[in-house]
Amino acid sequence: MSDQSQRTTGEQETRAGKFGAYGGQYVPEVLMPAVEELADAYERYVLENEDGFVDDFRQRIREFGGRPTPLSHAENLSERYGFDVYLKREDLLHGGAHKLNNALGQVLLAKYMGKERIVAETGAGQHGTATAMACAYLDMPCEIYMGRTDVNRQRPNVFRMRIHDAEVNPVDVGSGTLKEAINETMRDWATNVEDTHYVIGSVVGPHPFPAMVRDFQSVISEEMREQSRERLGELPEAVIACAGGGSNTMGAFSAFVGSAKLPGAPEGTHEPAPDVDLLAVEAGGSSLGVDKDEGYAPNSASLSTGTEGVLHGARTKLLQTEEGQIVESHSVSAGLDYAGVGPELAHLVDEGRVEPVNVDDDAALEAFHRLSREEGIIPALESSHAVAYLEEYAAHRAAGNASGDEPRAGDGPVVVNVSGRGDKDLDTVIEESAARDVAGAPTMEVFEE
Amino acid sequence: MTDSEIRGAFADGPALVSYVAAGDPSAEASKEYVEALVEGGSDVIELGLPFSEPVAEGTTIQNAIKRALDAGMTPDAYLDLVRELDVDVPIVCMTYYNLIYQYGESEARSASENASGDEPRASGGPEEFVEAAAEAGISGFVVPDLPVNESEAMYEACREHGLDLIFIVAPTTTPERLESMLDRTTGFVYVQGRLGTTGARDDVSEDTPEALERLQDADVPKAVGFGISSGEQAREVIASGADGVIVGSAYVDIVADGVENDLPAGEVADRLEELAAELKQGARKGLPEPERK
Ligand SMILES: Cc1ncc(COP(=O)(O)O)c(C=O)c1O
Repeated sequence: MSDQSQRTTGEQETRAGKFGAYGGQYVPEVLMPAVEELADAYERYVLENEDGFVDDFRQRIREFGGRPTPLSHAENLSERYGFDVYLKREDLLHGGAHKLNNALGQVLLAKYMGKERIVAETGAGQHGTATAMACAYLDMPCEIYMGRTDVNRQRPNVFRMRIHDAEVNPVDVGSGTLKEAINETMRDWATNVEDTHYVIGSVVGPHPFPAMVRDFQSVISEEMREQSRERLGELPEAVIACAGGGSNTMGAFSAFVGSAKLPGAPEGTHEPAPDVDLLAVEAGGSSLGVDKDEGYAPNSASLSTGTEGVLHGARTKLLQTEEGQIVESHSVSAGLDYAGVGPELAHLVDEGRVEPVNVDDDAALEAFHRLSREEGIIPALESSHAVAYLEEYAAHRAAGNASGDEPRAGDGPVVVNVSGRGDKDLDTVIEESAARDVAGAPTMEVFEE
Repeated sequence: MTDSEIRGAFADGPALVSYVAAGDPSAEASKEYVEALVEGGSDVIELGLPFSEPVAEGTTIQNAIKRALDAGMTPDAYLDLVRELDVDVPIVCMTYYNLIYQYGESEARSASENASGDEPRASGGPEEFVEAAAEAGISGFVVPDLPVNESEAMYEACREHGLDLIFIVAPTTTPERLESMLDRTTGFVYVQGRLGTTGARDDVSEDTPEALERLQDADVPKAVGFGISSGEQAREVIASGADGVIVGSAYVDIVADGVENDLPAGEVADRLEELAAELKQGARKGLPEPERK
């Protein structure tokens, strides 16, 4: 194994958009000039802080977004597990999820670039909501594509988008989830590319999106490091974050990997920290198997079970058949329900720097109720996956190894990234908890006639 | 510039390049449809190999691809279909990169999966599919999600097996990108007539003459696609200086109508042949009088 301090995504890789074998720009020619224009804008405004763009972003994400978000000590969970559990509270960011970091960054960048219209896709509706919010705030017209299944399971967010004056277009193709919404948004972008910017919702897509979204989200781990230093006097032993596309994951990990540094980051917040375990928790759904004949995976665990391929503009790990057809994924959580994952995250997994793990739907639902009951925090079903992994993590740690593979001796603090709040998920949680008889779930039966 | 089979298809006046999705609604029907399109005067067939995420396609072709996948079309079945085709025009494979990239690795992959749990495979590549395609009788490729800057491996594989790699020039393509595309283009240039995705339209985009003018000095035939559906549009496109027209959604509409109304494949084939003949005739009319044949 090579020295972990070398396992970083350097500036050169960031500018080229290649993360080992992954990344690249696999998009129709009609989009290439827009992608190149965006890569150029990314380099100038985001990496070089031209016209004070990053200062403007930092100011707005504080003032409009409410950063920094707290690092909260979870007393009851700490007692339960026998080590200190801290929660990075992205659920307290304006809009209720980490998604605003990226949406605000991109809509602001589109303004600096002189674009006149925003399109975006959304799975859980959090990204769509954040984008609609940023567009209302920055006065940009906005159109959002959302799969029909997701429209049905995330209705509160559909209303929120519309309240912010965004147009919401349900997508009826396929299983009606994030993958289909991305396809449809790319089609809109290809038709209106001259004045439109596509605010992609995670660290996926063609370069520069994976690097750029990571940079906007890197404020999460920048703060985590500062707050850990102040509060704990040390870095955490592990950072646990859920991975759909991987934007909150990369945001929570990047400063520990040393891969991203927005201009103006405090000194020392972006040095590689090889001793910090980085655990990416995927949706294990109902099973880790893939039914290759049926073209269906009852999970969204592309880091754990996927194979290399090309989808939505990038080479990355995918849930696909042996022939290369993309399979439908599944998760009880709409925001994790995607057959791909960010190329940099795939690379960090191959390098051994990030460990992919997963928990199933039931465990996520249980964790949803546990955090709500024991800490007074209702987590998004996405984030519930990260919280759920604490059970397994604690068991490994008790047995002397943190992740099942690597021996660990420590008893240091652990940070879980609570990527968002769960108000949007209440309908799903009530229904699914009752159907599955989830431990610790309250029932509404007594109130029904 | 090599004198490929595809380039040769442009030698006798304006060329008609016709697209259908393989396996829509069945492999057998596709075979009949392709033969009808050639009968009607098509000079090149673009045969779509269906991919589950066709981002460059409009609704018409998206639905066709879905029908084909539901009917069980696979890369191997596609190559079988190509082998069985009894036509003497070049066949271009139109598909997305992931299918090309994954081909032929599956045995190696399942072996490694069995050996080590769920270890993902290290790398694929375009060589195996290009080789298999060449053997089956494919003459070239159009891969809409493989822009010129990612095309090195595919370009090399095509060159090795004597296949053309056809690039799409979009209305947004910059002069620099155009130059690097022309460096690698053999066969013909696919001129995307308008922004957006595929789909039949009632008019020819105003941008077409300008797009063709940009390519005036390129020593390669130019075919215009995206939206052409009638003989009159074909005439206009050729009159604007194109060497060929590319038509897809207009045929697929006929196939879809056949599926919806449960028409016999023979009747659908007749309609396809009729439309091809209309398009071909229209294209010929676009030539200046003395050049018409
Ligand atoms: C709260 C929350 N967390 C996580 C995710 C998953 O996305 P990513 O993996 O990009 O963070 C979503 C997506 O909608 C989300 O809403």
